Amino acid sequence: MQPEYKLDLVSPAGSLPALKAAVDNGADCVYLGLRDETNARNFTGLNFDATNLRSGVDYAHAKGAKVYLALNTYPTREWDRWKSAIDLAADNGMDALILADPGLMQYAMKTHPQLHLHLSVQGSATNYEAINFYREHFGIIRAVLPRVLSFAQVEELAAGTKVELELFGFGGLCVMAEGRCSLSSYVTGESPNNCGVCSPPKAVRWQKTAKGLESRLNGVLIDRYADDENAGYPTLCKGRFEVEGETYYAMEEPTSLNTLELLPELMRVKIRGLKIEGRQRSPAYVTQVTRVWREAIDLCMKNPKSFSVKPAWTAALGKISEGQQHTLGAYYRPWK
Amino acid sequence: MKMKLALGPVLYYWTREKLQSFYEGIAAAPVDIVYLGETVCSRRHIMRLSDWLELANMLSGAGKKVVLSTLTLIESESDLKTLRKIAENGDFAVEANDMGAVHLLEGRTPFIAGPYLNIYNPQTLSMIASLGAQRWVIPVEMSRDVLQPLQQSRPVGMETEVFSYGRLPLAFSSRCFTARFHNLPKDDCRFLCLDDPVGKTMRTREGKPFLVINGIQTQSALVYNLVGEMDALRELGVDVLRISPQPEHTAEIVGLFRDCMERRVNPELALQQMEKLMPETACNGYWYGRAGLEQMVHAGEQSAACAER
Repeated sequence: MQPEYKLDLVSPAGSLPALKAAVDNGADCVYLGLRDETNARNFTGLNFDATNLRSGVDYAHAKGAKVYLALNTYPTREWDRWKSAIDLAADNGMDALILADPGLMQYAMKTHPQLHLHLSVQGSATNYEAINFYREHFGIIRAVLPRVLSFAQVEELAAGTKVELELFGFGGLCVMAEGRCSLSSYVTGESPNNCGVCSPPKAVRWQKTAKGLESRLNGVLIDRYADDENAGYPTLCKGRFEVEGETYYAMEEPTSLNTLELLPELMRVKIRGLKIEGRQRSPAYVTQVTRVWREAIDLCMKNPKSFSVKPAWTAALGKISEGQQHTLGAYYRPWK
Repeated sequence: MKMKLALGPVLYYWTREKLQSFYEGIAAAPVDIVYLGETVCSRRHIMRLSDWLELANMLSGAGKKVVLSTLTLIESESDLKTLRKIAENGDFAVEANDMGAVHLLEGRTPFIAGPYLNIYNPQTLSMIASLGAQRWVIPVEMSRDVLQPLQQSRPVGMETEVFSYGRLPLAFSSRCFTARFHNLPKDDCRFLCLDDPVGKTMRTREGKPFLVINGIQTQSALVYNLVGEMDALRELGVDVLRISPQPEHTAEIVGLFRDCMERRVNPELALQQMEKLMPETACNGYWYGRAGLEQMVHAGEQSAACAER
């Protein structure tokens, strides 16, 4: 018999309080990282060490939630650090490992065959041939899709693979294909692939000038704000630049992804995971987003045909969005 | 083994006539390997596979080793269809720029693992070698110090290629930034990137050249140039140096690299002579483990790994 279809709500946990907030507010799964460059949210004061990892896993499991460990950077040296992280995951009853590096997948598969492997968004698999490659070689059971596909492309991809698919539903929006962007290292020396960071805070400088408030990344001017403008974090693809005499958000505006209205479609094509971005965000953010999405998923599951987005959800999510704007991103084709 | 010189795929959208005359020039230039094909945008369709094969045969006749490069961001069934045709061409080696391409090539035909496969460590390199890769191109952000252990432990017969000259292909998006500039959706882009044979320069608000828009690809405005690192490249046992094409002066750049490789010109002098041939100033930070846009003077300081937090 086919197991009953279910869309997992996968919430971010940058700390133990955030993990508890996610679990208490209805997340089916939480994902987290260790306190080093083995994961793509390597920020000061964030993430887990071995002790609170154990507490987190116990807390989640006691309440029926799953825990995924993100080890989604590409090791360039200190291979043993990543290897130990995989061993730690196996020893602590992690429900799945989220990996991008083929070498690590091979190690995990050979050493801990019982571990479930998910392909990270950093693995940049945007077609079923790529996803099936990881399935055949490493037995991945789930793939997180980069935020570059239109919904029609997602559907086409889903038809070509038996691997479960997880999509980003809400949160910060990468405008570039994840795992295929070195803009951050070009400017700062550190990138998501090799250091688990993008536009790292230590490279950021704010400066009041006669022309306005300036944000710089390792000296490069990312944006300049007039007194009546809200200044945003200088993620380098969301700055204003000049092309042939026009100054504008040449790559992307500061905006968040929000796919609430796509829920019935996601369920129709049996997407298995709905991922919330934001391990760097507060427990309050995690609470708010998880609560809204839990309610939305439950309602949609009961009756997808009559599902509509409640204005109260949009308002609640709007308050915690980057730039306080929403977009469907690439899922909505004209965005491209 | 003697070091070889390769010409990477043309990253911009050029007319058929422009490509034809460009590659006629390349046929006479001192490169050993030429990569051909559309690697950036699936909407660019002026050249069909048969047209690329025609160029491939012409270059092959001129003594070049020709490799067909695949698209990097493969999103649709029609992209996969094109990919399958390239994988099954039967005559020329293929550079795989996506794991989907590797999946179609593995175990069937030897291939080149392109710079976008994210091969960052010896374990992954061995894995890719076992599937039939005979050469790999290092990720553009990889430093000399990270490359070194990979060179020491690389599988027997595996050749290493380093992106050594050109504007760095830094990022791919599903969004087209050229279309965005023109306020057009990608599906109705009108192929306006044909008007930008070197892309569009994106400057910071204080006028500094920063990046280059090339359709869905974002490049560095500065020119990555490792000609000054010739001795280190040789010492590391790098087999192939890649030059990325520009419409102007590519043959001269190729010539200067060749002169350096064969020790007819010293690297400092070559770099000096390239100054007037480059579309922008040089950078080499990645090679030294630093921000890519930096330009280190020879034998500069090496940075540590990622900062401890």
